[in-house]
Amino acid sequence: MDKIMDLDISHYKSLLKKYLRNQNEQSLYGVELVSKSFIKNNILPDEIVNLHIQALSELCPDLNLDVKHSMDFLLEAMISYGLALQEVQTLREEQLALKSEISVAANMQETLLGTTVPEVEGLDIGVISVPANQMNGDYHHFVKGNDGSIGIAMADVIGKGIPAALCMSMIKYAIDSYPEDKMSPEMILKNLNRVVERNVDSSMFITMIYSQYLPSESKLMYASAGHEPGFYYNAEKGTFKEIETEGLILGVLPDTNYKRYELEIHEQDMVIFLTDGVTECRDGERFIETEEVLNIIKEYIDLPAQEIVTNVYKHFEKLQDFQLKDDFTLLILRKEV
Amino acid sequence: MTPQSCVKIREEWDIVSARQLGREMAKKLRFSTVDQARITTAVSELARNIYLYAEEGQICFEVLETADHKGLSVSATDTGPGITDISQVMQDGFTTSGGLGAGLPGVKRLMDEFDIQSEVGQGTQINTVKWIR
Repeated sequence: MDKIMDLDISHYKSLLKKYLRNQNEQSLYGVELVSKSFIKNNILPDEIVNLHIQALSELCPDLNLDVKHSMDFLLEAMISYGLALQEVQTLREEQLALKSEISVAANMQETLLGTTVPEVEGLDIGVISVPANQMNGDYHHFVKGNDGSIGIAMADVIGKGIPAALCMSMIKYAIDSYPEDKMSPEMILKNLNRVVERNVDSSMFITMIYSQYLPSESKLMYASAGHEPGFYYNAEKGTFKEIETEGLILGVLPDTNYKRYELEIHEQDMVIFLTDGVTECRDGERFIETEEVLNIIKEYIDLPAQEIVTNVYKHFEKLQDFQLKDDFTLLILRKEV
Repeated sequence: MTPQSCVKIREEWDIVSARQLGREMAKKLRFSTVDQARITTAVSELARNIYLYAEEGQICFEVLETADHKGLSVSATDTGPGITDISQVMQDGFTTSGGLGAGLPGVKRLMDEFDIQSEVGQGTQINTVKWIR
């Protein structure tokens, strides 16, 4: 590297010599390239000024004394710039290290919280979950029970980023430890509430909706812990209706009971679950209306569930200039036959 | 015997005296122009720290000579409040004065060797060395 440096230094001198003679653009382009090489090799501004002083005294031995002194003055002024530059470099390296650490964590989260959409005849399920930053504070999970039932959990930690993501892993393992197919939604929430209340900082809240679909009875049972209400789409009438939910957010009180709701579903009806990242999308400074989400869903209603959720996501991603403000999770379940 | 000299820091004006003595010694030892400027900036930072946080202390200079190289030692001693969390003040991006001070990480970069000791309630001692290249 020293060799390259020496080369650059002599190059700088010869370029300066040429420039003093004819002030042409070629030398200026040359010094631009040398300057880039200096930056690449971490040469500090004070060293460049010093190099300039040396080159100048060689090229113009009879240089005016005032000019000479002024160059020393400039060198002095550059020292702190050099320090600031080094500091920025160090901080940039630290930032890169942090970023890659977080991306490892995000990958790990994906593996830990991974779930696959169950294949059930007569059911069409589509889901999309995209974090605002690298780590996701939304969570959804499918469970296929032995009795043919499908359990669907959707949760949202109030807040986002790493703390929310860490919290989600705990929820997932708590759910995993339950014999889910034997437990009804309201019991699962009751148990989870206890886990959250005991283990999570009181400033952190989790909302959740847990539902179970019984294909044999075309019945959806669900319970909610303060979660964003979902929607029921009546295919015959072509109308959406907010799903009735009531229940305290997880982790507020140690002993909380949740209410079970039931919903009968007919052919081509849909159930939509989402997190507030969907309903609180922003168009500039304006929060969107829930109506807008439903209208977009309606626009794509003839497509398979997965294509609907993907298209809705794409719509709102674009609306927000491709920068999500909050984690975005949308799930659609449609009874086909 | 190696020559040693100190400058007491009590008011802002003393920072200039410390700079002056540091530069003279660096010049006499024939440090390069850039290194003279760096040593002086380090002296300035150390003296400013004393002036801002400790109110009273001193900057001392000593010529170092080993078998194969020569250098200048700059040390700062004060009887101020001391530093509670040294690793924090040694971190980039941390300055309590809120100003554009290079801070202690800056001093460490300007010099070749850097050592700090601090007792809360008793004071801080910083030793630095710059060797002639």
